[in-house]
Amino acid sequence: MSPALFWFFSLMMIAFAILVVVKRNPVASALSLVVSFIGLAALFVSLDAYFIGTIQILVYAGAVMVLFLFIIMLLDLKAEEKRVVTAAPLIGGIVVGFTFLTLLIRVLAGNANGKLPMPALPGPVDDVKRVGELLFSQYNLPLQIIGTLLLVATVGVVVLSKRELK
Amino acid sequence: MSAITLNDYLLVSGILFAVGLFGVLVRRNIIVIYMCLEIMLNAANLALVAFSRFHVAPDGMPDYHGQALVFFIITVAAAEVAVGLAIIVALYRTRQTTQIDEINKLQY
Repeated sequence: MSPALFWFFSLMMIAFAILVVVKRNPVASALSLVVSFIGLAALFVSLDAYFIGTIQILVYAGAVMVLFLFIIMLLDLKAEEKRVVTAAPLIGGIVVGFTFLTLLIRVLAGNANGKLPMPALPGPVDDVKRVGELLFSQYNLPLQIIGTLLLVATVGVVVLSKRELK
Repeated sequence: MSAITLNDYLLVSGILFAVGLFGVLVRRNIIVIYMCLEIMLNAANLALVAFSRFHVAPDGMPDYHGQALVFFIITVAAAEVAVGLAIIVALYRTRQTTQIDEINKLQY
């Protein structure tokens, strides 16, 4: 991927992530998050991770964001009429965010390995096959645990959604 | 423009994480806070995939262990969103609000 495309998708992702934070209407936040995730999926594709990019679109931009929008519509949330911006969280957020970014930039400046260009690949990318083989051989036990976790989460959501907990 | 390096990906990932962190600290709507948590998780995913691509295995292909970890993170995040939103719905039923400064029963 050319550098121009990388910066285009990075800026798109970060700009829409900022819109998620500043928009008053939760629906607008959720839709901005979808666009941000699509930009992130494009970055995954630029890293030759086609499988991860695809499930990013399917799971995040598809399933998770539909769930978010569904809950926002179910609760019938309105845009916040007048937002009370209290100083403490705002200052705290700015200080924590900028401290983190300064630290990161300093660490990256001393990271000589990070200044190398992307290594070229010897052949075509067969990432679905390779990730699948890893998941079903070396990470087989975690894969089964995560399947159980999804089942537990499904049952838990059904229990939580019942009107009266007995 | 010069070629894209690992540092560029890590910088973008860090900025995305900082935006999510800022949102979690500043926003008062619990659903928007949840979305900002998702942003932070995805920033970590981007860093993992970038490391996986730039660290080549002996056969010259990317290190796919990082992508396997991203797969697990996405799965856990999906389960977390489902359970978290069910908790928010249960909370809304009892308190009729999603603003976290109105949910202060344990505070006083």
